[in-house]
Amino acid sequence: MSELLLPLLLAVPLAGAVLLLVAPPRRGERLAVPFGLAVTTVTFLVSVWVTVATPETDVEWVPNLGLRFHLGIDGVSAPLVLLTAFLTVLCMAYLLRVRPEAGRLRALVGLLLLLEVGMLGTFVALDMLLFFVFFEVVLVPMWFVIAQWGDDSVPGGRRRAANVFILFTLLGSVVMLVGMLLVGTKAGTFDLTVLAERQGAGLSHTVQVLAFLALGLGFAVKTPMWPLHSWLPDAHTAAPTVGSVLLAGVLLKMGTYGFIRIAVPVVPDGARTVAPWLGALAVAGIVYGALACLAQRDLKRLIAFSSVGHMGFVLLGIATLTPVGLNGALYANIAHGLITGLLFFLAGAVKDRHHTSELDILGGGLYERMPRLGGLLAFAAVASLGLPGLAGFWGEMLVLLAAFDPAAGLSRPYFLVLMAVAGVGVVLTTTYFVALVRRVAQGTSFEAWRDAVLLRDASRHELLVWAPVVALVVVLGLWPGWLLEASDPVVRTLLGGRS
Amino acid sequence: MSRVQEIDYLAIAAPLLVALLGLGVLVLDAFLPPARRAVAGWVTAAGLAVAGGLLLPLVGERRATFCLPGDGGLPACSYVVDDLTLVFQALVVGGALVCVLLSLDTVRDSALPAGEYFFLLLASVAGALTLAASRDLLTLVVALEVVSLPAFALVALRRFDSRSSEAALKLFLVSVVSTAVMLFGLSLVYGLTGEVHLSRIAAALAAPSASEPAIVLAVTLALAGFGFKVAAVPFHFWAPDTYQGAPVPVAAYLSVVSKAAGFVGLALLLTEGFAPYADRWSPAVAVVAALTMTVGNLAALRQTHAVRLLAWSSVAQSGYMLVPLGSAAGGDLGAVLPATIAYVLAYAVMNLGAFSVVTLVGRHRPANLLEDYRGLGRTEPLSAFALAFSLACLAGLPPGLLGLFAKVVVFRAPVDQGVGWLAVVMALNVVVGLYYYLTWATALYARAPDAAGTGRPPSYRISWSDGLAIGATLGAALLFSLAPDPLLSFPPTLR
Repeated sequence: MSELLLPLLLAVPLAGAVLLLVAPPRRGERLAVPFGLAVTTVTFLVSVWVTVATPETDVEWVPNLGLRFHLGIDGVSAPLVLLTAFLTVLCMAYLLRVRPEAGRLRALVGLLLLLEVGMLGTFVALDMLLFFVFFEVVLVPMWFVIAQWGDDSVPGGRRRAANVFILFTLLGSVVMLVGMLLVGTKAGTFDLTVLAERQGAGLSHTVQVLAFLALGLGFAVKTPMWPLHSWLPDAHTAAPTVGSVLLAGVLLKMGTYGFIRIAVPVVPDGARTVAPWLGALAVAGIVYGALACLAQRDLKRLIAFSSVGHMGFVLLGIATLTPVGLNGALYANIAHGLITGLLFFLAGAVKDRHHTSELDILGGGLYERMPRLGGLLAFAAVASLGLPGLAGFWGEMLVLLAAFDPAAGLSRPYFLVLMAVAGVGVVLTTTYFVALVRRVAQGTSFEAWRDAVLLRDASRHELLVWAPVVALVVVLGLWPGWLLEASDPVVRTLLGGRS
Repeated sequence: MSRVQEIDYLAIAAPLLVALLGLGVLVLDAFLPPARRAVAGWVTAAGLAVAGGLLLPLVGERRATFCLPGDGGLPACSYVVDDLTLVFQALVVGGALVCVLLSLDTVRDSALPAGEYFFLLLASVAGALTLAASRDLLTLVVALEVVSLPAFALVALRRFDSRSSEAALKLFLVSVVSTAVMLFGLSLVYGLTGEVHLSRIAAALAAPSASEPAIVLAVTLALAGFGFKVAAVPFHFWAPDTYQGAPVPVAAYLSVVSKAAGFVGLALLLTEGFAPYADRWSPAVAVVAALTMTVGNLAALRQTHAVRLLAWSSVAQSGYMLVPLGSAAGGDLGAVLPATIAYVLAYAVMNLGAFSVVTLVGRHRPANLLEDYRGLGRTEPLSAFALAFSLACLAGLPPGLLGLFAKVVVFRAPVDQGVGWLAVVMALNVVVGLYYYLTWATALYARAPDAAGTGRPPSYRISWSDGLAIGATLGAALLFSLAPDPLLSFPPTLR
């Protein structure tokens, strides 16, 4: 029974998507969202079940490729699985009342369910090729979500944004595949548990460096790491609210998760050689993201660029190659998923009401016109900048701490410099988020918005959808221990007992 | 010793039946009343199915016939049925069957002469079946020409269409030139080794020889002929014009069955006959592979005509199929050949899937532009899904897992053998390829242009032969996406 549990986790949303595909169009359209909500809720319950039961599945799929259907869950993947299932439920709940203008709910819900299959599969795959397959599964559904339900507020339109997204990611992942094949053929297995145990034994230094570069390119595009981030702002800005939430909340994590699950443990030698470069690019991303945010004129774009900065912290944590750094990276991952997910929900709500997300047109006075929405936006902004007591704080603090004392073999003065620059990034991040709150929430409303009839404050339905995220952000901010306790032993194994 | 050779009739049953069937259909058609012309097509389809059945008793065996006694060693045989042969013969029969199903309506609607059409098709199929089993230079060349010659006529069969004649002429000229070059190369090989059997050529080439430069030249020239069949750069120019000018099922035949025949010939020649020179020909094949996929993909980006796009895409796909052969410089042919075979098989399934729907759409929209596919997902959900799935497979992206696995197999060869640059070139090409497949696939699900104000465009009436072809290819693509192992498990027993 227990070996069927993880396949069940993937089968539920997949079956839901297939059912929607063959459903009669009229009725399917009407029932799509409630049905999607039911399916994702069941998936979420299964994800809680697998988190508790930690089952494993390992059967042969394509022996000629050495591809095994090997799924498992541990302290590193469980939080991400829960986050994925949780955010997908919220997206469905959100769609219940807030319908996208483009309609076609049956197709949208079906694609979101397929997306969920890919996201969950990526986090539970314990075979490199299987990971690759799931990594690719998300591309086409997300492409459709952006291209069909997005809006044309970005240069070149939503179609171009979607194309740039999929072509960038595919380029990265095909190179990643080459890296995986390189490791797989040299090591004779694609199994991640075996490869992690070996810690790169039997792979020469050159192979390890090449493999890390190839794998890293795929993960870095997805994360995204500066300077490979250029697909991200347009994709986020153009995507519909639910698309942005899942893109920022989950899809980006697939990249950093790949670093932790595959690149670092499988080719540790390569990781040690490339880590200083990775750290430098990570810090560049932190500073670049913050500076870009200061210059943004669009709310959704600003949040998108803030992701580049936050992901910079995650990458810096990984680059230290210490348990503290990796734990911090994972924590920051989850925190970013929740907070940025919330930010995109809020930005989407603002945009739906004003039909624009340009800061100059929005003007100030959100507190005045919509106190609840304004308050939530301020809350999410201070959570994102890393206010102690909220979820965003711990991950970034741990990362800075890890950079203070990087793994043996990495130059400490060098990482101290990186830490200092990242510290500057923290200050800049605080600046732009405070500036954002001042610009949008405080002050008085423009005349145009005063008399607008449609500008209702956050509805009860919206508050109900967002409340669990807010609660989790507070809980993770006050009690970080339980998540770290779960990930710490696994991280130490992945690092091969190194400290 | 008897001078009369023993012939193993079971081994040659399939090509023999197909050849006789071709003659039979030609005669039958002459005696059929005009109202019953459709019978010829059905007889052809049934006969091909029987030919497929004749392959079954050969599974798991190695049969050889038309052998010369070896002096002390093994006999040298001209016709060998082994795993490699059977896999390709099954592909040829299956692919031809789908093409025949698609042809039934085309022959009727375009008023093509049914008897001649199916006779030519079967003649070409007989050649392809023989090619897969031939193990000497002469049989190889004759079989290759038997595949090609009827194809010229098939392409030109729409006599009223000047585009058709032009297409046939292009095909003919390129074919003649490349065949001449190949014959020159093969005669050099014969002159230098004194052998025609591939196994003996390999043995002769394995010994160090003073005439090495001449051998390299001969091998290079010999490759040209097959380069034409598989539409590899620089012998690819005929493909787009010919595919577009030919009846769509014939284009499907050329792009799948005839191309597969070219690949089996190429694989036999390179890996059996010229194996000792792998370190010489493999880098050349690698360059051709890189050029072929790049040219094919870049040209496909700019196409607006469905069949032309598939033509360029099939050029690009040929490049992927050549990649494993281009990674064989280390001489590890046993490792790379299965990759090429696996990709050819997967390609046959997914490309036939795409061509089936393109044929169907072409019946209703003769222009067959990509524009004509807008909104197909609303009026013809199943056909649109079949096409979208085939395109996803060709792109190698989930849900098209068949194509994804095939690409993984191909990628593994250069990575394994240390030809990293080829893997990187292919990686870039896969990304370029995605763009046009995706553009096409999304057109299917875009809103249909209802400029005429008619609202929903009328849905097509799908004849059951078309439905069978689409259903069978889609079924195969779905099945092999979930369980690709049967396609990948052909480590052919070389010699």
